[in-house]
Amino acid sequence: MNLPPIIVIGNGIAGITAARHIRKKSTKPILIISKESRFFFSRTALMYVYMGHLKWEHTQPYENHFWKKNKLDLLEETVTQIDPNKKTITLSNESILSYDSLVLATGSIPNKFGWPGENLKGVQGLYTKQDLENLEELTPSIEEAVIVGGGLIGIELAEMLHARGKKVTFLVREKSFWNNVLPKGESALINKHIVLHGIDLRLETNLSEILEDENGRVKAIQTDSGELIRCQFVGLTAGVRPNVAFLKDSTIATKRGILVNKYLETNQPDIYAIGDCAEQQEPVPGRRSIEAVWYTGRMMGETLAKTLTGTKTAYHPGHWFNSAKFFDIEYQTYGLVAAHPEDPEIHFHWQDSNKNLAITIAFDKNTNEFLGINSFGIRMRHELFDQILSEKRSVFHVMEHLSDCNFDPEFFKSYETEMISKFNAMQHTDIKPKKKHWSRIFNNLIAQ
Amino acid sequence: MTVMAIRMYIKYRNNKYQILRTTSVWFFQIVFAFLIPEILVRFDKPWYDFKNAFPLDYDFFFSWNLNSLIASGGFGLFILVWGIVLTLVVVPVMVYFFGKRWYCSWVCGCGGLAETLGDPFRHLSNKSIGAWKLERWLVHGVLAFSLLMTGFTLYSYFSGAQVVLGVKTQTIQNIYGFLIGSIFAGVIGTGFYPIFGNRVWCRFGCPLAAYLGLVQRFKSRFRITTNGGQCISCGNCSTYCEMGIDVRAYAQKGQSIVRSSCVGCGICSAVCPRGVLKLENGPLENRTFSPEFPLGNTLK
Repeated sequence: MNLPPIIVIGNGIAGITAARHIRKKSTKPILIISKESRFFFSRTALMYVYMGHLKWEHTQPYENHFWKKNKLDLLEETVTQIDPNKKTITLSNESILSYDSLVLATGSIPNKFGWPGENLKGVQGLYTKQDLENLEELTPSIEEAVIVGGGLIGIELAEMLHARGKKVTFLVREKSFWNNVLPKGESALINKHIVLHGIDLRLETNLSEILEDENGRVKAIQTDSGELIRCQFVGLTAGVRPNVAFLKDSTIATKRGILVNKYLETNQPDIYAIGDCAEQQEPVPGRRSIEAVWYTGRMMGETLAKTLTGTKTAYHPGHWFNSAKFFDIEYQTYGLVAAHPEDPEIHFHWQDSNKNLAITIAFDKNTNEFLGINSFGIRMRHELFDQILSEKRSVFHVMEHLSDCNFDPEFFKSYETEMISKFNAMQHTDIKPKKKHWSRIFNNLIAQ
Repeated sequence: MTVMAIRMYIKYRNNKYQILRTTSVWFFQIVFAFLIPEILVRFDKPWYDFKNAFPLDYDFFFSWNLNSLIASGGFGLFILVWGIVLTLVVVPVMVYFFGKRWYCSWVCGCGGLAETLGDPFRHLSNKSIGAWKLERWLVHGVLAFSLLMTGFTLYSYFSGAQVVLGVKTQTIQNIYGFLIGSIFAGVIGTGFYPIFGNRVWCRFGCPLAAYLGLVQRFKSRFRITTNGGQCISCGNCSTYCEMGIDVRAYAQKGQSIVRSSCVGCGICSAVCPRGVLKLENGPLENRTFSPEFPLGNTLK
């Protein structure tokens, strides 16, 4: 007898992680459906394909034979309907498939805010494989481009177009780049870096209209100050939202995203949602209900795989961490650093702006507990900061052990002494840096 | 090599590891492979490259070399002793502390060429599991072949027998010299950079690399540490690995990379956009530990 499979809709990081980990523990049939691409690729690598660092096949973390070998069936189709009562889904070719469990991992779509002209030719986001292909096709006819929205995809798209010799204007609604996430000094550092790369950065500027030429293609945009900017391409990167439109006639409950409880269950039996498309009804304290981040997608996939292989497990991500790259400046963060700290959180900030290096350490001014770190241009050890956060160590402990935490390549110049002397001056302390020690760095590994 | 070394300086101007490494590999090639041997010959001493270790220097124990070393008196004997100590003591001890990178990408001549002239071809190395299987058979096969040949050679040298176990020693030497020394190391090893990548000889053929690799895999402090759960699977590391290691496969699992073939060029770490990889020499315990899930998820 053919058992109905576990069906995963979406082959991004969340869906694929779930499928892989289910397969490790179970022999149940698994079917992964995606119209975007047959084989899993890393969405974060799209920009490197455009810039010529990678070819398409390099973005695929598993060889093509991997899927067959592990009995993960792939289907390139679009799902149009879900019937939770009959436990079936309908595809765009009208065939109907039964499922044992259904995993919704449909990701995000770029935000559009009803701008006039937002659907013209030459106006798009950068999220899918198809977005990249469209952009590639348009590229020869682009001289000037406008990016709307100052987030992580916006700055990546600016870098991509700039790398291909396009003149880029970057409209950012906020007073300073990504200042709802980054504290002032860091945000200013990135502003400067963007401009230095020859990008025309327009802060506190909104898009009001996209203008069309005689062929239905964008020819210019108008800003809210009335300025016209000529362009043949508009990148819409004002955030993303869950890709849930296909569920609007179903009985699966949605708000902004697909509503799930802490076990990633939707309101319908045997249907789960993970990754960007999921909206937590009771998010873990301190975390947002929708977190459209690679890492959280992966973790939800890992968690759900446990549940679907017999160990019911709640989604409980550990300490927050993230990373990005702003042109040449790498960014890593561990723990929580508020963009606008509120009492009792205070910040220690150190910057070497000529070298594009900076760190911000957040701590509690009453208890001195370390809360988080943002690091620019200096790599930091995830494992150690995770441990420091779990053990609720003090900011003094962190300052003392900065050399352990440094993850830069060997022979790189280190700045711990400068950082500590600035910290000592600010806090009237007398912290002495401790020499890097393996037994502290690898203590978890050695203990195992 | 010099021109391409300058290219490396420009390309990796912000990476001190790469600058020092390029300087080192260039220095050893110019001074040890060209200047010192030429000076030695001018002083009527045998031509010798002090950094070229057996079994890469496969004819070190050939009778003509041994005879010429012994014939040139004290200095020749010094070279003979140095050559043996280099292979049996210096190489494994250094690999224990630093990994095989100290040789393959800081000192070696073949490595020097690959890391400068070959740099634009590094992404052409094949990353498939099939290529990895072939690599293990071939490179260890060449190591076994070179040791066998040397065994025959030394037996012949000391016993005077031309034929060992029914095979002429000279024939084996000729086959090795032609197939491995000329065709593999020479023609395929450098001429095929644009097809198989810049380390095709080091990866599939070099017996010294195989020997160093065994030490690195089983008894060395070297590894490439993966930074917790920060990998985004973008694939830059794997693409630019000249030895064809699928670095991403380890990094995305949160596992550090311990592979016999890694020559420690450090490019994976340099091209990683999220600061995930670091070459370092730490304690031996659990270097190869693989977590069930990468760091970040509590799975309560």
